[in-house]
Amino acid sequence: MLWGLNDAVALADLLDGTVLDQADIAGRSIVLTTHDQLAAAQALVALDGTARRIVLCPPDLPLTYLAAIAADAEADAIVTDREETDFAGHDLPPRMACKGPLQPSQAAAPIVTEWVLLTSGTTGVPKMVVHSLAALTGAIRPPRAGDAPPIWATFYDIRRYGGLQILLRALFGNGSMILSETGEPVSDHLHRLAAHGVTYISGTPSHWRRALMSSDCNAIAPRYVRLSGEIADQTILDALKRQYPRAAIGHAYASTEAGVGFEVNDGLEGFPADLLHSDGDPAFKVVDGTLRIRSRRTASRYLGSASQALTDEDGFIDSGDFVTERNGRCYFVGRRGGVINVGGMKVHPEEVEQVINRHAAVKMSLVSARRNPITGAIVVADVVLHDPAVLGEASDALKQDILAFCRAALPVHKVPAAVKFVPSLEMTPAGKLVRQNA
Amino acid sequence: MPIRLTIFSLIEQIAAEQKIKIQPLRDELLLSESGLDSLCFAILVARLEDKLGYDPFATSGDISFPVTLGDFVGFYENASH
Repeated sequence: MLWGLNDAVALADLLDGTVLDQADIAGRSIVLTTHDQLAAAQALVALDGTARRIVLCPPDLPLTYLAAIAADAEADAIVTDREETDFAGHDLPPRMACKGPLQPSQAAAPIVTEWVLLTSGTTGVPKMVVHSLAALTGAIRPPRAGDAPPIWATFYDIRRYGGLQILLRALFGNGSMILSETGEPVSDHLHRLAAHGVTYISGTPSHWRRALMSSDCNAIAPRYVRLSGEIADQTILDALKRQYPRAAIGHAYASTEAGVGFEVNDGLEGFPADLLHSDGDPAFKVVDGTLRIRSRRTASRYLGSASQALTDEDGFIDSGDFVTERNGRCYFVGRRGGVINVGGMKVHPEEVEQVINRHAAVKMSLVSARRNPITGAIVVADVVLHDPAVLGEASDALKQDILAFCRAALPVHKVPAAVKFVPSLEMTPAGKLVRQNA
Repeated sequence: MPIRLTIFSLIEQIAAEQKIKIQPLRDELLLSESGLDSLCFAILVARLEDKLGYDPFATSGDISFPVTLGDFVGFYENASH
């Protein structure tokens, strides 16, 4: 079963029904852009094995990019549930109505369909990343005999890599899935998950921090809690363990390009350094400080006229994620694009945030660069408190306390020059903190 | 609080935080001999921007960095007008 906000559709029903109103999608390149998440899920099930290529557009993709994406994908058609007037003024391939349930008209032998995902977090036209269903499902283990079918949910949208992983886990695990809904208040979402009896649930650390800020997080009692998409620090792992003591808490390292690298289920941040020294599949190495990955689960290439090489000559993808090794464990410290240069000294915003987040009064934080006439840039922090009511006269004292906490754990150039208390931090549609250089 | 006092109290706060011993604060003090390092000045400018709402270094174009503490105070006072 797939549960959208207003729908309940049995998976078996997806392949039974009306025909796409343009007869033949067999062997075609299709761009799939829908308002409705459930419609996208149905179309994916219908198109895989029939279409040559499916380009899965995230819900917030500006339509101004659609023409460039369709051209680079050599698209034969746009499959959509949008109104035709939405596309006015754009030079696009023919549209096909995406009205479920869908079924391709020709029952030919299935072909291997390219699944093309769009990257998030960049400005301008997103990169198009080519996967296969085999790569996308490479980390999914078959359900164990005797296990109750999982009821999956995610704070992600299924049209992004992290959410698509969950949809595929639900489908391949003979399970169910409760879809997220753009703009739905967190408390309503949690109660909807509770009503359907969610057992497995995933999101970014930012998603989880936001969920834990709502007392409605008590409504659900998942057996498995999964984090991915951002660095899972010890603070959020411990907070989830306190909130859901009976749940297994795991964090996955995955990206649109690199696929699912590994999953860590020991409750600790970082990952065992042994992973770097195993020569299996996937294989990992660290070059110039960043983690490189080679596996059958990675994307195969970028698509498009201006595309660059995805892998080095040995087949490794550079994740752009800096790692450091301490006592047999590797820890993520930040992203290549996000480094702050304080008078020639490098600072990863994430490593400072991880320290601030350990302060007892702090819920979450965002560290960024402020330009500075002396050092070029300096570190500043926006901080969300557990209890904003403590502010007022205590505000300056708490700032000093947080700074003292940072000074005890970080070299001086990494300590924020200024701390500002904010009511909330902005999140991208992909569930990550909005960063200056993301 | 007058700009001068704001600057002096922030310098003392930053020196205490960084555990740096500084010279007594007076207008003739050469900044290079104050005991404050460049990171301290960077923090000072950032905090002054938060307190005063402006950063004269960002708005005054091509300027040379003040030499004495008195110059530094004057630089902020002039920019406040």
